[in-house]
Amino acid sequence: MRKNVLKRCVSLIAGCMILASSVLLTSCGSSDGERKSSNQIVVFNYGDYIDRDLIDKFEKETGIEVAYEEFLTPEAMYTKYKNGSVKYDLICCSDYMLDKMIKEGEVEKIDRSKMKNIDNIGKTYWELSKSFDPTLEYTVPYFWGTVGILYNTKMMDHVPDSWNDLWDKKYSNNIIMQNSVRDSFIPALIRNGSDINTTDEGELRRALEDLKNQKEIVQSYLVDEIRDDMANDQAAMGLIYSGEASLARDYNDALEYVVPKEGSDIWMDSFVIPKGGKNYDGAVKFLDFLCREDVAMTNFEYVYYSTPNEKVLEQIDDEEKEGNPAIFPDESVLKRCDIFSYLGKDTEELYNRLWKELKAY
Amino acid sequence: MRKLTSRIMSGPYIIWMIIFTVIPLGLIVYNGFTNSAGNFTLDNVAAIADPVNAKPLLLSFEMSLIVTGVCLILAFPLALILSKYSKNKNSFIVMIFILPMWMNFMLRTLAWRLILLNNGFLNQWLTTIGLDPIYLMNTKTAIVLGTAYDYFPFMVLPIYNAISKIDKDVICAAQDLGATGMRIITKIIMPLSLPGVISGITMVLVPSMSEFVIADMLGGGKVYLIGNVIEQSFNSGYADVHMGSGLSLSLMVFIIISMIIYRIFDKGEEADGVW
Repeated sequence: MRKNVLKRCVSLIAGCMILASSVLLTSCGSSDGERKSSNQIVVFNYGDYIDRDLIDKFEKETGIEVAYEEFLTPEAMYTKYKNGSVKYDLICCSDYMLDKMIKEGEVEKIDRSKMKNIDNIGKTYWELSKSFDPTLEYTVPYFWGTVGILYNTKMMDHVPDSWNDLWDKKYSNNIIMQNSVRDSFIPALIRNGSDINTTDEGELRRALEDLKNQKEIVQSYLVDEIRDDMANDQAAMGLIYSGEASLARDYNDALEYVVPKEGSDIWMDSFVIPKGGKNYDGAVKFLDFLCREDVAMTNFEYVYYSTPNEKVLEQIDDEEKEGNPAIFPDESVLKRCDIFSYLGKDTEELYNRLWKELKAY
Repeated sequence: MRKLTSRIMSGPYIIWMIIFTVIPLGLIVYNGFTNSAGNFTLDNVAAIADPVNAKPLLLSFEMSLIVTGVCLILAFPLALILSKYSKNKNSFIVMIFILPMWMNFMLRTLAWRLILLNNGFLNQWLTTIGLDPIYLMNTKTAIVLGTAYDYFPFMVLPIYNAISKIDKDVICAAQDLGATGMRIITKIIMPLSLPGVISGITMVLVPSMSEFVIADMLGGGKVYLIGNVIEQSFNSGYADVHMGSGLSLSLMVFIIISMIIYRIFDKGEEADGVW
């Protein structure tokens, strides 16, 4: 009897596996078939990071169908991409992750001769891209921005134009930091005169000590909620991305954004064409479409992050530019900022370790 | 024939168990005892002793004990009141207590956030009546409040069930023999509702030990529990599935150990408590 039960169990498990694998196989098979028969591209991008109407417009103009997928963090993107169940034709992601993918040989060169509108992207942004794509063959800039301090003028008597302000005990329980490893290390590293791309354990440890000392005066470590909390007068200062800062300022007139004088991080989100995509030509066409003046303008107005498209920048009047230094920083800001690069697996693990030490402190 | 039907009937349940319990558990065990190269290792399980992981574990343990205590203290009187009212078919009162529990727990936690924020409802109210604001948001207290609130039903309902099942004649007999109300509660209702209390404690203690969502929402990233450590090792940029699985296994072992200790302790209680 017992043997019988065991046998049944085994056959049941085997049955389940066959069932599961057949489901997987058929789903793979059908999606493959679909892609072959129709003209489709699969795009992978951050959440809410494109004007959806533009996708319809592209489909109408070219007849290429766009399957659009979104992710939350570069790491989540990488995990899903590596998983390989969906073959992406275009991925938009941030500097250090692109650096990693380029170094790993995961991406295709982009044939610029097929892109009529590629020259709309300003020179400055190509220069910036060189830090993660030295030959500029693999990426096309999409949006960019800085990391700085969003502060509430009602709660502060001076402009926090130095990272040291984030250690000011006067603003105890009034500071919000980023709940992500590398971003929260920026102030501590720069404050100690280190490079934001340092791989030196001693320098990183010193930064960690600073962050530990800071922890008691920090109100919270947040990601997206920083914007909401700052807009709700919850704190005097918050470490934030420029794009988010601009959104928060729409809701609260007392908020101002500053990139500290010691320098900061510039981030750049660019598109790459990963290897293994099914529709290279379609992907290039979509990229070219995004660089086109009218499209880039519509997209900029929707996303409202800093755009690298010169043709769009030319159309925006000076008043709008002056009114929003978070989105239109002047040249001097760019000069004192650096871009993140991928630091290799060892430093990645070290960062992870230090971050846990800070959180458990 | 009946055997066959019962087998067919249990089929879906067995499939469910295999897909959602056995296979995931197998994966966790496999990942927990291997490294990224696929070789056998004990490092992931032993990592729990690392101060970076041990500190959050102790904190989780402390928090879950406090949460269970708070729930128990609040739930017992409520269960008593509820059983009294439901006896009179006055289910409106019961309804009022049960109704908020039908809402999604994320929403309820979000509501706590709005109450506890620095300029939230609580502090607005305190300043209106002329008191100093208190800053509870992003503290352990906030997480204890939120967790206790969310797990409260899991404590109330088993105790309520146990109390409702107590034979009313027993209580009448005690009254006839001259027992006071307090004496009835301590000598009759409490010992007889013990099974409910035990399952209540289990149902609150175990899940609150691996809790991380509430800590995220009300702790502002400042309170780091073992649940957060595990979540981070699965989800963050430097995802290490093996470490996460190893830590999950260690956590399971800790929970099992605490349940065993609790059961031993509890048996002693029961022996001289009821008889």
